[in-house]
Formats: sequence, C-alpha cells, structure tokens
Amino acid sequence: MTAAAERTHDSTIEADVLAVAREQVLERGVGLSQEQVLAVLRLADDRFEDLLALAHEVRMRWCGPEVEVEGIISLKTGGCPEDCHFCSQSGRFPTPVRSAWLDIPGLVEAARQTALTGATEFCIVAAVRGPDARLLSQVRDGIKAIRESGNDIQIACSLGMLTQEQVDELVGMGVHRYNHNLETARSHFPNVVTTHSWEERWDTLRMVREAGMEVCSGGILGMGESEEQRAEFAVQLAELDPHEVPMNFLIPQPGTPYEDYVPIEGREALKLVAAFRLALPRTMLRFAGGRELTLGDLGAEQGMLGGINAIIVGNYLTNLGRPAQRDLDMLADLKMPIKALSDSL
Amino acid sequence: MFCVHCGRPDAEGEHPGCRGARAALEPPRFCPECARRMVVQITPVGWSARCSRHGETTSAVPTG
Repeated sequence: MTAAAERTHDSTIEADVLAVAREQVLERGVGLSQEQVLAVLRLADDRFEDLLALAHEVRMRWCGPEVEVEGIISLKTGGCPEDCHFCSQSGRFPTPVRSAWLDIPGLVEAARQTALTGATEFCIVAAVRGPDARLLSQVRDGIKAIRESGNDIQIACSLGMLTQEQVDELVGMGVHRYNHNLETARSHFPNVVTTHSWEERWDTLRMVREAGMEVCSGGILGMGESEEQRAEFAVQLAELDPHEVPMNFLIPQPGTPYEDYVPIEGREALKLVAAFRLALPRTMLRFAGGRELTLGDLGAEQGMLGGINAIIVGNYLTNLGRPAQRDLDMLADLKMPIKALSDSL
Repeated sequence: MFCVHCGRPDAEGEHPGCRGARAALEPPRFCPECARRMVVQITPVGWSARCSRHGETTSAVPTG
C-alpha cells in the first residue's frame, strides 16, 4: 500500500492515536491521515506532554537535530490589490501600513544583518498579486548586489502568484526556494481571500516544484477555521509535500477584517505544531509570525521540543519579532545546532 | 503628542489596542508630532519610520 493510500485507508483511528502515530509516523515515516490529525487535535489535556514528546522524537528521527535559521525582508510593502483578510498590507483595508519600496543598498544591508545571525536563508518578500517587470528587475538587481557584497546566503523569494516565464526567471537568478502560502484549508480559503483562489496558489507551487526550486508553503492558524479544517489543512500540505512549512499564528491587524479575532492560546498552538509534525514527518516546520504573541518565550522553547526545526529570527514584514540573539541563545541552551550554509549547498 | 499606533491624541481616551502585547510587536505607524501616517520599513534587526513633515526616526538600537 502506498503512503497516500495508507493515509486514506486507516482503520486504527479509534485506537490510541499516539500509539498508532508512534508505529506509523515515528517508525515508518508515514504521516497521519486527516482523521488521525483530528484525533490528535482532540486529545485530552493529560496527553499533551506525550504528544509534544512524540512530535519531537519524530522530528529528530526524520529531520535530525539541526535548526534552519532564516531572516525575511519586505522589498515592497503595502498597497497590495488582493484582499487577504489577515493582511495589513492589503490596499483594500483601512490599515495604518503605507506603501514602501526598499532600495538595493537597504536590501544588501538586510541580507548582511541576516547572515550575521548565522542564518542560511534570506527571503525577499513583496506584497503583490504577482510580480511585474519592475519588481522582478529589482529582485534581480538586489540578488546581484547581495552576491557582489560577498554574501553567499541562500536566497528565497515570496512574490505572489507566478507565470511559468517568471518561475524560469527566478531559477535563472539563483533563487533556490519559493514561498507561497496556501494559508489555510481549501474549504476555508474563500472565507479568507476572495480575489484569487486556493487553486491558483497551488498552480504556482506546482510550477515552482517542476522548475527545480524548493517549495515553501504554509499558512496562518487562528483565522476562524474549524478543528476539522485544521486537520484538512495539515493533510493538504502533506499532499503538496513541500520542503518547508512556515507556521504562523494570527496577529490581529488593526483595520483588517480580522482585527478583533482573539489570538490562539499557547497550548492550542503547541498542539497544532505537534499535529502538523505528525502529518509532515520529513518536512521542515518553521516557527514564523505570531509566536511571540501566542507562545511567548517559554512556549517557543516548548515548540522547539515539540516538532519545530526551523525559525525566522528577528523581525517580520510588518511586525517586530523578539531579538534574534534571544532565539540563538535558546537554540544554544537546547543544544540544537544551527544548520550551516555548507550543509545547504 | 499623538499615539504612534493609532494616530489619536495621546491624552484622548484609553487606547486599549495601543498598549497591549500586540502593540508591543508593532513599529510606530503615526508621527507623534503631527499624526501623519509614516512610511515604515522593517528590517531583520530594526525599523525606520519616515514622516513627510518631521523626517525619519529609527529603532534606537537594533532590535536583534
């Protein structure tokens, strides 16, 4: 039976789901099915520690102890024509974010700051539906300038939906990974975004993979999705089989339709991290935006011991993070080595 | 003086959304001198905020 078939033909859901996961995920590396993820999310509170411990074992077994560290920068901020309801950069909502473009020296400096943290990844992000010629030209010039500065950090991009020609251009620029989040479960997506479809996002990711770039796709939890839709999302990501899944927790942004949403509680977030790890045993699972608000310092450590094996350090696109050094100290305390650039090349 | 998070006068009302944990993760968005929306650029270790009337301010020390 193939792994995919195994996901959908599971008769052991009613057994103890952690015992099943130990055999299925930890021993054989087969991710949990949607029903099994849902069972994990519904585990009683007294199984919480066992769940995190198992997720950590799975991460260590299938991914190893290293942690990939990444910094991100907004190349083009605000003024986006799309209506992603969580986003303060949409031009459709009365948010306080004003449009801004980062110049090339600023981009080079941000890449330098990121490399100084020990990060091996630098992701260039733009708030757009998809890149136009001006944006691609800026990205091309920026990457060239970063390389000419002697910085060999790996460069990822997140520029919205792409055409095949644009995918090929990015490959030609040396972009090794492309981020395009599916954001949420397919069934919930129309409640979050109405200006484009989940399927359009999927199409971009398919082209990215076929062109040989690493696929990075995750989403935001806490956008009004149900528990069932969280399980659905985990399994849809597993079907995509991305190299990396960034896990964000909603920070309600003033002026957006979600400004009054209540952030996910820490324990719930950690349960989600563990459940996603059990659905995606071999995937890089990255702590991204919202962890400071949702988890705090202690929760971040628990997440690192509960399935996470990558982090964004420092600030985000429109929100501040905790100081990068605090994360680096945390990794040192946990004796988790930072993935070296030489391992990535 | 004006609130850098919502642009209303500092002394006006409670500003409950501007004092909590979420606001601590926000760079200034409004000029404290004139309440104009500022152009803000966040970098991995800091931020800069530019008011068209009162110029640029930056994070005093890198936040990273």
